[in-house]
Amino acid sequence: MQIPLVDYLVLGDEPHLQANECANCGARFFGRRNACANCGHREFNEVRVSDTGTLRTFSIVYRAAPTIPTPYVSAIVLTDDGTSVRSNLINIEPDPTKISLGMKVKLDTYVVGTDDDGQEAVAFGYAPA
Amino acid sequence: MAQDIWVLGTHMTAFGRYPDQDAVDLAAAAALGALDDGGVTISEMDLLACGTLFQANAGMGQQVQKQIGQTGIPVYNVSNACATGATALRTVIMAIRAEEADMGLAIGVEQMGKMGLLAGGARKEKNVYEPSGRFGAVMPIDGILGTDTMPGVFAQAGMEYANDNDGVGFEQFAKVAQKNHAHSTLNPLAQYQKEFSLEEVMGSPMQSYPNTLLMCCPTGDGAAACVLVGEERFATLSREQQARAVKISASVLTTDPYVESGAMQPDVNTLTRNAAQTAYEQAGVGPEDLSLVELHDCFATAELIHYDNLGLCEPGGAGDFIDRGAPWRDGDTPVNVSGGLISKGHPIGATGVANVYEVTTHLRGEAGDRQIEGANVGLAHVIGLGSSCGVHILEKSGIS
Repeated sequence: MQIPLVDYLVLGDEPHLQANECANCGARFFGRRNACANCGHREFNEVRVSDTGTLRTFSIVYRAAPTIPTPYVSAIVLTDDGTSVRSNLINIEPDPTKISLGMKVKLDTYVVGTDDDGQEAVAFGYAPA
Repeated sequence: MAQDIWVLGTHMTAFGRYPDQDAVDLAAAAALGALDDGGVTISEMDLLACGTLFQANAGMGQQVQKQIGQTGIPVYNVSNACATGATALRTVIMAIRAEEADMGLAIGVEQMGKMGLLAGGARKEKNVYEPSGRFGAVMPIDGILGTDTMPGVFAQAGMEYANDNDGVGFEQFAKVAQKNHAHSTLNPLAQYQKEFSLEEVMGSPMQSYPNTLLMCCPTGDGAAACVLVGEERFATLSREQQARAVKISASVLTTDPYVESGAMQPDVNTLTRNAAQTAYEQAGVGPEDLSLVELHDCFATAELIHYDNLGLCEPGGAGDFIDRGAPWRDGDTPVNVSGGLISKGHPIGATGVANVYEVTTHLRGEAGDRQIEGANVGLAHVIGLGSSCGVHILEKSGIS
């Protein structure tokens, strides 16, 4: 049994991210909005976000709360359909010489933990494409 | 036309660690210092605005009144992340402009102790996963879906600038911290007053690439206060008081307008650009007219991008700006001659008042060893994530 880490990650044969897209201006949001933060329109459609994109910015985090494994690579990815996503870069060394701004990346999922009922939490990250 | 408003008196405590005092003590010291500096008393104040973040529900302004004078005037306790102090100033300014007050006291204070890393909470393993919160998360996402930590968030803001512009990298960011540590050696009020070489800055423990420990502001304690006065009351003051007063020629507060990436990575740029543009228009000056700038260098990466956001450099030219030494105290536009948040310290609620203290002190020609000679116009900038940006432009009185 698996459960997504966050509700905008859709599991299944093709795991992907799902956004709420403003029916008027097309602005996309993860998480609910009462009205669009860009135009104030109140209707949204659920849309699938592209799995591929480019690395917009990153940081290699060495100092975090004690239970969080470090170092990890925090990133903002701009997907090919123009949506910014916050995530970790995965399957890459946490070394600034190995990470280049603008590099192509692709969505991937992995099991991030298991609860006492044996339920697996599935997270997403972006790996070099 | 709204009346002119002046900083009549100002004071700040040294920033640092005060284990034997509480925030009320620090705020009271700053308040009394500002009143004395302006040659006025608490009985002449028509209102008090008090900013603090971590004790926002403590009724700090009223507690300060108990220490320095309970005159029954309205108190506004304000909280606005790292823009808290600037918001306290704006509160008094708005009251004077609305003609509800002739004179008021703005205080910013914070006692943080050794809080350590801000944001990015501990991960608590749940026994049974259940979606909760706005993202239906089954566990805290910090460290899995990117970072909540402040050094990391601001690192990403800097790296985004590096992505968009040439000539910006680890070394340029490190040079910012090298400068601010060097500047702080001249400021007896700074929490740290120690110079470091570029190699030492780059070699200190990495917190969030490219921000090393020496590129991050410390937590700490401190307070600052300003007595502000409107034009009509100002006209009744002594020549000596008028001569030391500094005119507030712009006072602006903005929030972050919608941008596509803003929900994922706080946009610290657009609201700063908007605030700066409005402030320059209000004051009728441009960035080239500024004798000094105190800007919000919570991290070295932040200072560098604000060179561009405040128009201090050519668009895209922040890397070149630091490379050629322009923001050093002997450069084109001295930035953070106090040592900045990185070395002067950043007791959050105090910061947005303390930077006005710093600019005021230079415009009066009273900054001692760190005085920028001939300073006549200065800008103070703060930004609080969430987000809010405060910009104040100050001018020498011209009265002698």
